[in-house]
Amino acid sequence: MAVLVIADHDNASLKDSTHKTVTAALALSSDVDILVAGSGAKAVAEAAGKIAGVRKVLLAESDALGQGLAEAVTAVVVPLMSGYDAVLTPATSQGKNFSPRIAAKLDVAQISEIVEVVDASTFVRPIYAGNALETVQSSDAKKVITVRATAFKAAGEGGSASVESTGAGDGAPKTKFVDQQLVKSARPELAGAKIVVSGGRAMGSAEEFQRVIDPLADKLGAAIGASRAAVDAGYAPNDYQVGQTGKVVAPELYVAIGISGAIQHLAGMKDSKIIVAINKDADAPIFQVADFGLVSDYKTAVPELMDALAAAGK
Amino acid sequence: MKVLVPVKRVIDYNVKARVKADQTGVDLANVKMSMNPFCEIAVEEAVRQKEKGVATEVVAVSIGPAQAQETLRTALAMGADRAILIQTDQDPEPLAVAKLLAAIIGEESPDVVIMGKQAIDGDNNATGQMLAALLDWPQATFANSVELSAGNAKVGREVDGGIQTIDVTLPAIITADLRLNEPRYASLPNILKAKKKPLDMKEAASLGVDTAPRLKVVKVTEPPKRGGGIKVENAADLVTNLKTAGVL
Ligand SMILES: Cc1cc2nc3c(=O)[nH]c(=O)nc-3n(C[C@H](O)[C@H](O)[C@H](O)COP(=O)(O)OP(=O)(O)OC[C@H]3O[C@@H](n4cnc5c(N)ncnc54)[C@H](O)[C@@H]3O)c2cc1C
Repeated sequence: MAVLVIADHDNASLKDSTHKTVTAALALSSDVDILVAGSGAKAVAEAAGKIAGVRKVLLAESDALGQGLAEAVTAVVVPLMSGYDAVLTPATSQGKNFSPRIAAKLDVAQISEIVEVVDASTFVRPIYAGNALETVQSSDAKKVITVRATAFKAAGEGGSASVESTGAGDGAPKTKFVDQQLVKSARPELAGAKIVVSGGRAMGSAEEFQRVIDPLADKLGAAIGASRAAVDAGYAPNDYQVGQTGKVVAPELYVAIGISGAIQHLAGMKDSKIIVAINKDADAPIFQVADFGLVSDYKTAVPELMDALAAAGK
Repeated sequence: MKVLVPVKRVIDYNVKARVKADQTGVDLANVKMSMNPFCEIAVEEAVRQKEKGVATEVVAVSIGPAQAQETLRTALAMGADRAILIQTDQDPEPLAVAKLLAAIIGEESPDVVIMGKQAIDGDNNATGQMLAALLDWPQATFANSVELSAGNAKVGREVDGGIQTIDVTLPAIITADLRLNEPRYASLPNILKAKKKPLDMKEAASLGVDTAPRLKVVKVTEPPKRGGGIKVENAADLVTNLKTAGVL
C-alpha cells in the first residue's frame, strides 16, 4: 500500500503540519510520498524531501496551484490516486477546502480530522465539538483523510527523497483568484506555537486587545489567539480564532484571558498541556479545564503577571 | 436568480453532547434540536440577496427525519419562499447528502447554492465541497462576504492568515463561515406566514441515489478528562507554578 501526503506550505516554506501528517501516514504504510502543489515552490519540495521516511516528492506547479484553488489541486491529485491507496492532508483551512472535493471525485468518504490511526482502515476522530470521539472503519478502496496535526508528533529530518515533477492539471477554469489579504506577524504561528496567549470578549476593543495581549505574548514568545466573540467584534483578525470552527491548538502552555470557556472554544484548546485562565468570574466554565486559575480582573492580573515574569527573569 | 439553501437539524449549539453508555453514539433523546448555526447564516445570506433584489427565489432543502420540517419552517420564517424535505431516518454521510442534493439540484436548477461550511454534530466540513465536485461546479468555501451578480459571485474567504477573494462562475457552491452575517430572529408574523408556505416531502429512496454508508462506526467514546486544576492566589503564585510545571 502506498500513501500520498499533500504538503501544507505557502509556496515559500513548508509548514510543520506536513511533518505531523507524515507521521500519521507512516502509521498506514512505509511507502509515503509527498505532493507539493504550488508555484515557485521548489524550495518547499526540497524541504519535504528531507523529512525522514519519505520515499519521493512530487512537485506540481501552476498559478492556480500557487493560489491554492480547490479545483486545481483536485485536478492534480485525482489522476495520481491510481498509484495510491490513501491521501492524507493536514486539516488546515486549505486542506479542508480541497480534500472533500478529491474524495467526492473518487466517490469515497472523507474521514475528517483524524486524531489517531488504529489500523490502515480504522481511525479515531472528534465529533460534537470534541465532546465525543468516534472510531470509524472505512470500506472504501481509497481513503481520503484530513489529519488534525496537533494529535501527531512531527516526523524528523534526515530524509533524502528525490523531487520529481508531475502534471499541473488544467487549473481552475471556473474560478478566478482576485487577491489575498494576509496578516503579517513576526510572532510564532498559532497552529504550531509552544505558547499561546488568547484574549476574549472582556477586552472590549481592538486597542485594548493589543494593549493587554501583545506585550504578554511578546514576553512569553507566544502566538496570539482569540475567542470567536473577540474576532466577531473585530478585536482580533479572523485567523486568530481558536475553537471548534477555528484553529485547533495544543501548545505546552495556553493562557486564556477574559474568555468564558464555551464548548466551542474548549474544542480548540483543551488538549493543551497546561491551561491557565484569568477571569473575574470564579464560576466561568474555563476554570473546569484550567490547570491554574486566577480569579481576578485582567486589568490588574495581567500587569502583575508581567511583573512576576520579569522578576522570574523573563 | 434562484438560490438553493440546504439546512440541517442538529443538536442545539448550547447543549453539551453526551456519549451513550453502550458506546453506540451520542444521546439525542430529549435533547434540544435546532437549525445548524452555519445553515442559519446561509439562509440569512440568501434572504438578504433576495431583499437586495439579486435573488428572486430562495428554496430551502433538508435531508432528515420528519422533525426536520420544523427546521424548514424556521428557514421559511426567516424568509425562504418554499421548502423541500428529503425524508430519511438514516443519518446519511456527507457524500450521500451531497448526492441527494445533486439530485434535487438536477430538478430545481438553482443558479447558486449557499450552505453552511460545517454541521456542528459530525464536524466534517465536507458536504459543500463534495457537492461542488459531483456537479463539477466551482466552490467558494468559508465565505465571509458574498457579492452575487449575473453569471458570477465574488467571495471573500476566511483562510489561514487572513482573507482570500475569488470570483467564481455561476452556478457555484458557496459555504458560509461565521462572520458572513448575523442571522435574524424570525418575527411572530413571519413564523405564522411560514406555516402557509409550501413544503414538499420526498422519500430519499425515491431519488435513486446510493446512500449506503462507507464508514462503519465501531464505537463512540468520551474524550479523556483533564485532571483537576487549582486556583492560584496571585500572579507570582501562578509564575511559580508554571516554573514547577516546566512550561516557562
Ligand atoms: C456555530 C458556532 C461556532 C462557534 N465556534 C467558536 C470557536 O471556534 N471558537 C470560540 O471561541 N467560540 C466559538 N463559538 C462561540 C462560543 O459559543 C462563545 O460565544 C464564545 O467562545 C464566547 O467568547 P468569550 O469567551 O470571549 O466571551 P464571553 O462568553 O462573553 O466571556 C467573556 C468572559 O470574560 C470575563 N470577563 C469580563 N470582564 C473581565 C475582566 N475585566 N477581567 C477578567 N475577566 C473578565 C467574563 O467573566 C466572561 O467569562 C461558536 C458558536 C457557534 C454558535
